[in-house]
Amino acid sequence: MSHCKITKIIVVNLFLLAAASLVSARETIAIVGSSTVYPFSTVVAERYGRSNEKPTPKVESTGSGGGMKLFCSGIGTNFPDITNSSRRMKKSEFDQCQKNGVKEIIEVHIGYDGIVLANSIATKPMNLTRKDIFLALAARVPGEVVGQLIKNPYGTWKQVNEGLPATKIEVLGPPPTSGTRDAFVELAMEGGCKQIPWIAGLQKTDKDRFKTVCHTIREDGQYIEAGENDNLIVQKLQANPRALGIFGFSFLDQNADTVQGSQIESIAPEFDSIADTSYSISRPLYFYAKKAHIGVVPGIEDFLYEFTSERAWGGEGYLAEKGMIPLPNDMRRSRAKKIRGLVTMNGDEPLK
Amino acid sequence: MSKEPIYLEKIQRSLVGRYRAERVFRGCGMLAVSLGLAAVLLVFVDIFIKGTGAFSATYIALDVTYEKDLLGIENFADQRQVNSGDWEAVYKQALRRDFPDIRKRGERRKLYALVSSAAGYDIKDRLLANPGLLGSKETLWVLADDDIDSYYKSWLDGNAYTARLTDGQIRVLDTLINTERMQLRFNANFLTRGDSREPEQAGIWGAVIGSFLTLMLTLVLSFPVGIAAAVYLEEFAPKNKVTDFIEVNINNLAAVPSIIFGLLGLAIFINLFQIPRSIPVVGGLVLAVMTLPTIIITSRAAIKSVPPSIREAALGMGASRNQTVLHHVLPLALPGMLTGAIIGMARALGETAPLLMIGMVAFIVDIPAGFTDPATVLPVQIFLWADSPERAFIEKTSAAIMVLLGFLVTMNTSAVWLRKRLERRW
Repeated sequence: MSHCKITKIIVVNLFLLAAASLVSARETIAIVGSSTVYPFSTVVAERYGRSNEKPTPKVESTGSGGGMKLFCSGIGTNFPDITNSSRRMKKSEFDQCQKNGVKEIIEVHIGYDGIVLANSIATKPMNLTRKDIFLALAARVPGEVVGQLIKNPYGTWKQVNEGLPATKIEVLGPPPTSGTRDAFVELAMEGGCKQIPWIAGLQKTDKDRFKTVCHTIREDGQYIEAGENDNLIVQKLQANPRALGIFGFSFLDQNADTVQGSQIESIAPEFDSIADTSYSISRPLYFYAKKAHIGVVPGIEDFLYEFTSERAWGGEGYLAEKGMIPLPNDMRRSRAKKIRGLVTMNGDEPLK
Repeated sequence: MSKEPIYLEKIQRSLVGRYRAERVFRGCGMLAVSLGLAAVLLVFVDIFIKGTGAFSATYIALDVTYEKDLLGIENFADQRQVNSGDWEAVYKQALRRDFPDIRKRGERRKLYALVSSAAGYDIKDRLLANPGLLGSKETLWVLADDDIDSYYKSWLDGNAYTARLTDGQIRVLDTLINTERMQLRFNANFLTRGDSREPEQAGIWGAVIGSFLTLMLTLVLSFPVGIAAAVYLEEFAPKNKVTDFIEVNINNLAAVPSIIFGLLGLAIFINLFQIPRSIPVVGGLVLAVMTLPTIIITSRAAIKSVPPSIREAALGMGASRNQTVLHHVLPLALPGMLTGAIIGMARALGETAPLLMIGMVAFIVDIPAGFTDPATVLPVQIFLWADSPERAFIEKTSAAIMVLLGFLVTMNTSAVWLRKRLERRW
């Protein structure tokens, strides 16, 4: 047989294969989105698959933004059914969805995740305020005159705040592509930034300037981008006891023997303090499902049911065991009812 | 006077220096080799030390009774009842009986948490396979939770890791250890199951099958196409500017970062041809495009190394160009081509970047049964585990690296063996 013939056969087979996979409807639920929600979404997927004897949903970790883009690309089995997000859907994303025919979206607020600033247990725990964090990590900080910005001059924590130790500012954190970084900037940096009156005033008058001032992290070596892998940051903290690291609460929870969380405004990052929102650097976790896919891809409704059952997202459910901070009891009950009734977003939500 | 003695003297004098230079040069070479070896050894030893733990898992012995009332199942033929049966009740009852003084609700929950959530399913599988056990008693070894596994392994090493456990749990564990009801056993789950978010239930087999399916497709697609291209370029194509241009581009393509092939796959196979994401078909196609240049280049080198005298002899005996190539050149060049293909496959086996774009970096529990089932591959599995918060995944990560290294070493050894065995020298 000549090689041409073999090649021809392969090409023909390939197209048949591709065609076959196109024709066959998808049996597996496809989930994409945030890497922060991934550890929780996967647990639910696995439990759902095992107890229902159905194909286990496939979960991809694409990041919140990437997930939204895929999710809002259209309706049909070639597009994901569910996207996870470590922030609420943006107005622009909602519009994009509407434009591409993804009209009916079920929004599920599943719980919270805390972001911690931790250091090695070999040193004393820190007690920071959000203002300290902003002053220590912003690229430009307010000078002596109101309205004046200077390049960040602070080298040690003591220079930022008299009450802090005289150690060098050294913070290991995620790169800009990470959802954790987005949330950290928005919650910790902006939170601290707003405490300076004239900058807070900018929020109304010059939004763009407000954002650049509050959201820009210094690049002179004090803040070290340590990659997306939170385990790596934990390991680096063990090697360098003077440094602080930024990562998700579940990593602190799993490594309590080597790292400790800094208090923020005198409140330690603990399960309860994040749940009652007294710990200030925490963010909501969401997922979004397409109503139009219910009945087309089997099992979406059952998956929603499993996710919103008490044994999953409840106060003592298996998600809490994995480090997710659950919603308050009454909120959970009313939300579960709404979600199981497949109530969709109507566009009146206060989206950013 | 002749000049010879002076020359000799000069040579003698320079000899010392030349010998020294040679020794230094050799020393440098040996140092370089041993540095490389030391680095490899360090990595291997580190991975080996961290990873061996994953091949054993902690089990707890419980005296269980299989009672119908406990399971809440009337009729075992009814699939619905079987699925909703309370299989976990079996081990929960055994734990309650063994530790009767633990009564508070919260403490009971902590007690039940010692056992892996998989234990219920294992009991279900056992009972469905042996229906005769119903109503009887037995001592059953059930899988322990990953926190218990970490605790027991670190306890055996003399430095118990207690941060994730309560004092009550540690007391229970001490009782279990003292009565020899806790044991490390071979972890068959690791070699037979797919991914899981519970470290004690996670296995590598799903990723091995995913890698196998993807690589099969890669080989089937890229090997014939690569050889056909190489044969044409070497034996038939005219030597002109067009073929020069093609050659430069093939070499360029071999050096393109692999993520670009992933983007190409996303644009062409998924967005244009509408092939679903995350399946071995897409993975195989992308990796085939990626390995194609490597195969073409090595195949061309293999064809070039066939002496022209063979071709001339065949042509002289009246064979056509086609016959010369198919009957003489190709069989002689095949060992070299195979080696190239295997090395290309080994590279494809280790790739994650192009798969990121086409959705194969995903959490997939079910073991893929065909080319159109969602699948992931070995290096992706390593990446996903390395990124997981649970501490017990550290040893799984290293063990998965050991499995991947095993495959790579096998493939590369077989490439060397094939070359030694089939290669002919002229």
